[in-house]
Amino acid sequence: MAIRDRLSGNEAIAIAMKQINPDVLAAFPITPSTEIPQYVSQYVADGEVDTELILVESEHSAMSACIGSQAAGARTMTATSSCGLALMWETLYIASSIRLPITLALVNRALTGPININADHADSMGARDAGWIQIYSENNQEAYDNFIQAVRIGEDKEVQLPTMVCQDGFITSHAVENIELIEDEEVKAFVGEYIPVASLLNAKEPIAIGPYDSPHYYIEHKRQQAEGMNKAKEVILKVAEEFEKVTGRKYGLFEAYQLEDAEAAIVIINSTAGTAKAAIDKMRKEGKKVGLLKIRVFRPFPHEEICDALSHLKAIAVMDRSEGFSSIGGPLFAEVRSALYEAENRPMLINYIYGLGGRDVTTTHIEEVYNQLFSMINKNQTGQVYRYLGVRE
Amino acid sequence: MAYNFKEAMNKPERLTGGHRMCAGCGAPLAARGVLRALKEEDQAVIANATGCLEVSTFTYPYTAWKDSFIHSAFENAAATISGTEAAYKVLKRKGKIKENYKFITFGGDGGTYDIGFQSLSGAMERGHDMVYVCYDNGAYMNTGIQRSSATPKYAETATSPIGTEVLGKQQFRKDLSQVMVAHEIPYVAQTTFIGNFKDLHEKAEKALYTEGPAFMNVLAPCPRGWRYETADLMEICKLAVETCYWPMFEVVNGEWKLSYRPKKKLPIDAFLKPQGRFRHLFNPGNEDMLQEIQADIDKKWNQLLKRCGEEIE
Repeated sequence: MAIRDRLSGNEAIAIAMKQINPDVLAAFPITPSTEIPQYVSQYVADGEVDTELILVESEHSAMSACIGSQAAGARTMTATSSCGLALMWETLYIASSIRLPITLALVNRALTGPININADHADSMGARDAGWIQIYSENNQEAYDNFIQAVRIGEDKEVQLPTMVCQDGFITSHAVENIELIEDEEVKAFVGEYIPVASLLNAKEPIAIGPYDSPHYYIEHKRQQAEGMNKAKEVILKVAEEFEKVTGRKYGLFEAYQLEDAEAAIVIINSTAGTAKAAIDKMRKEGKKVGLLKIRVFRPFPHEEICDALSHLKAIAVMDRSEGFSSIGGPLFAEVRSALYEAENRPMLINYIYGLGGRDVTTTHIEEVYNQLFSMINKNQTGQVYRYLGVRE
Repeated sequence: MAYNFKEAMNKPERLTGGHRMCAGCGAPLAARGVLRALKEEDQAVIANATGCLEVSTFTYPYTAWKDSFIHSAFENAAATISGTEAAYKVLKRKGKIKENYKFITFGGDGGTYDIGFQSLSGAMERGHDMVYVCYDNGAYMNTGIQRSSATPKYAETATSPIGTEVLGKQQFRKDLSQVMVAHEIPYVAQTTFIGNFKDLHEKAEKALYTEGPAFMNVLAPCPRGWRYETADLMEICKLAVETCYWPMFEVVNGEWKLSYRPKKKLPIDAFLKPQGRFRHLFNPGNEDMLQEIQADIDKKWNQLLKRCGEEIE
């Protein structure tokens, strides 16, 4: 029986952690993800989980402890945001190269410079090449569902990679919304027991991890790692299918909303997809053929599927909630544009940088984007490719 | 159990030969010496900070370590092993592991005094049941002999060179052992390779079989960085102790205890002279630098004697 509740995104992740009952959680507080380890600390204090907490002195140590723990055969989790993820940088690469399926709850927040505590995707986008699976969530329900699925995806023998499950800071992490939870026992049955391929604590077979790797071997090791990421796509879909059987909730690599017959579409990540859906509903009533592609899985990036889903459109705006400072657009734009290179008829494509540092994005903003796309279609001219939404110039 | 040199040396090596460390280097001696103090039936997981010891003992696809071993990065060996120790606790509680494990971290002074200091301090404060062993060779040797906060004053390194205006490192070394004592952990020891390795062995045994965090600072000379003949390793260590440059002591639950008091403290020249990194100190006109080093050693030695309840010189 599903449990109906009202929870914030942080609460939803904490409940998922409680239900999964990981062996180890190592974390350091940072806004807006701080609540997650706080809730888990309370579960530990109340004896509701068996989890060993490692309340470290920095995020660098949090990920380092996660590496030491997961390598010892313990199911291990952490939560962080923004500069916390940035401080983990070096160790993110180490975790993925050792093929450790650590699960990280990322509450997306702008990176400092200047300091800002609100939602944008600079943190996870900066870590996009770190070899972690990245799954994004529009709302608390998706954050909860994705987190439970992430454990299975990362631990799959074909994959063996760490996974970060992302949600927008404050907008999702702190806003309380309705949610449907799964029964504890069902979650436990779904994730199952973690059986590591190798462990530091297997006395019958001691192992050595983290060698010096000469040019003679390094590239082969990276190739194997890439293969794990290649295989992840299939596993993500397989796990989603099983998840649907338990919950009735359907997940894919991305969500297409009113996309099939659309002429103009936006590609977007996380909470603003909800805002965009409201704008689409309004514009559809006005007879405008608008649609949306919401990225769920950013790593591995589903190039072919996205190309197939978008190539029939006339004009597309790719929405980036982070700057890449490439001077031609944000990171999502680069991926989508690259995916569409294979399309027979390439749609007109523009990029909007929007919502940095938590700047509000309303349905009016989204309508403005669609209107720009229609203006491009009418003129049959793309115009400026790299744009900012709602910025004071 | 009383120390028996022959018995200790006849134990199967847990860091085997065939690794690529230099002849006359102290680091593998420190590692083997500590591992010899493990009961044979006990399992161990060893974490290693990036450094000479790591890259020379575990070059893919070869490892010289008999026990499970993890290297993650330069500055996080203590945090890494703290994760392994926490995993052990929970998996043991759940009945998934039967064996007894010990958790040991090796780091050079770079990975311990400097870049890894925060990680070490955090792990010690959290009270993990682990032993952190610093093999202190007083500079960043793996990157080619650059100064660290463990480098002694006036020593020549690649980043504290002998110039026309400046001669060697301009600062005294950080007293990390004392800093670790201030963490109020159950066991802190400072030692090096003396005689039949009794002091190292006994301290390692105490560190390993004391519940909670333990820290050992082991002076581990580097022939490349210190510029001594490889065969002179033991002699250099002896001089470090006899001049009181590197006193041997232990602090058990806050109680300071001197492990060895030289019958006659040798002047610091005896330790400095055989090392090429101090050769400039013996040029005419630099006598005041030697005096300054001697005065610092005398001051610190007296402080230590006082802490240990010994008669001051």
